Amino acid sequence: MLRVEGLNCFYGNVQVLRDFALELKGGEVLCLLGRNGAGKTTLLKAIMGLVRARSGRLTLDDAELSALPAHAVPRQGIGYCPQGRRLFSELTVEENLQIGLMARDRGAATLERVLILFPVLRERMRQRAGTLSGGEQQMLATARALCLEPKALLLDEPTEGLMPSAITTILNTVRRLKAEGVATILVEQRVEAALTVADRILFIENGRSCESVAPDVLRDDPRLLHHYVGVGVKRERLGVQRS
Amino acid sequence: MSLGPHLLLALMEGTVAAFVLALTALGLTLVFGVMRIVNVAHGEFFMLGAVFAWAFAHLVGNPALGFLVAVIASPIVVGGAALVIDRAILRRFNYQPEATIVATIGLLYIIQQLVLIFYGPDARSVEAPINFRVQLPWFGYSGYKLVVAGIAALLLLATWYGIAKTKLGLVMRATQFDSETAQAFGIPVDRVYAAVFALGAMLAAIAGVLIVPIKQAYYLMGLDPLLLSFIVVIIGGLGSLRGAIIAAFVIGISDGVISVFFSPNLSKILATLLVALVLIFRPEGLFGGKAR
Repeated sequence: MLRVEGLNCFYGNVQVLRDFALELKGGEVLCLLGRNGAGKTTLLKAIMGLVRARSGRLTLDDAELSALPAHAVPRQGIGYCPQGRRLFSELTVEENLQIGLMARDRGAATLERVLILFPVLRERMRQRAGTLSGGEQQMLATARALCLEPKALLLDEPTEGLMPSAITTILNTVRRLKAEGVATILVEQRVEAALTVADRILFIENGRSCESVAPDVLRDDPRLLHHYVGVGVKRERLGVQRS
Repeated sequence: MSLGPHLLLALMEGTVAAFVLALTALGLTLVFGVMRIVNVAHGEFFMLGAVFAWAFAHLVGNPALGFLVAVIASPIVVGGAALVIDRAILRRFNYQPEATIVATIGLLYIIQQLVLIFYGPDARSVEAPINFRVQLPWFGYSGYKLVVAGIAALLLLATWYGIAKTKLGLVMRATQFDSETAQAFGIPVDRVYAAVFALGAMLAAIAGVLIVPIKQAYYLMGLDPLLLSFIVVIIGGLGSLRGAIIAAFVIGISDGVISVFFSPNLSKILATLLVALVLIFRPEGLFGGKAR
């Protein structure tokens, strides 16, 4: 469904992604793990067309994403929840959702379905997005991405800085979307949280896609984590937030 | 004339000037707010509006009909020119703040010289579309100036409504706050930029059309509104629409009053002093948000 082949991206002269490849089916949750600066966020931006690929192919079903201008990519059915949420913080909750709906001409029915997932937002519709709590902001960012009724969802560190209850809400949403057939790429620092929802873990190192393993393998053998994510992660510390 | 009526006249003159200034400054602050571009050629759009108003009025002949054609056609022509400028120049510089300042300085001279070549160095007047005087007990007042204030007020309201309440306005505000995320939600940012640049130019052009029966169309007439617009936009806060409008009234009305009772130079001195004070004590402007 979502396919990345031989992707090379640069910031100026610095190569950030090297021959990156991944493949994702509908209803699959792929968790991307790697060190800071490994290229995780850049990969998501490249899929969205926000960082232009110098070479390589990006396809969603039959649509060739790499040929499209950035604003046409989400219209193919990709919802993006950027790192740090990037809400339109001076607009109201309702306006933020409206922007999500407008991307693919969705209307009240879609909004209703999204609000069932995040009922808290319903009481906050007229409030400025910047005044929400961290958890509510993340829900809004996720809800805004879901307003596109995406086939594929890109989540960049959605649990960063959240309380445990809010993390549970976000992860439950990912599970629910998985059941509805949405393909999800999850960039996550909380390894344990990631392991509970992911079908597959893909390691990324220096902009290259490396091994891809099942979550069970990782639980039994944390050496991979040690190698790709960093020396600070030991088995007993899995799930403790790293910064 | 005693002090009371004198003050009233000064206030009325100041208010009309403030409405026209508010339109011009709104265009400047809109372009800066959404595109982060300081458009030094903004006053030339004002001048072009006035010059095309003269041309259309001249073509049509009948003052009322000519004005009606001018007030619609002139902003459209200027908006079209702004679209071409956006495509041909600003987009090629990728809307970088420094490059676009230099580019628009060049544009200011190019537009001025083109007008000088094709329109000439003369100041030409356009007859006001209506010719009645409002007779107050102490003095008569030009009815056309009241019409100017009325049209400007309507346009300010319409612009506010368009930005705050319509989908297009929402798209503009989203682009203003975070253009990258706007793109990630299907907003064609470069088309929004083109539209905003054209809209900003059209607001200045309409102000130019409205002013031409009061002043005259002249190829250097864009400099004064440019300076005043910058004063207003800096005091109000770069990019703040509300700030620009409030500051336009403060500057416009005080300019009217001080010019009548003291001298126009003093009012410019005070306005510039106010800009300096704002820049020292509140650099983001009285109504500007913190820099993003």
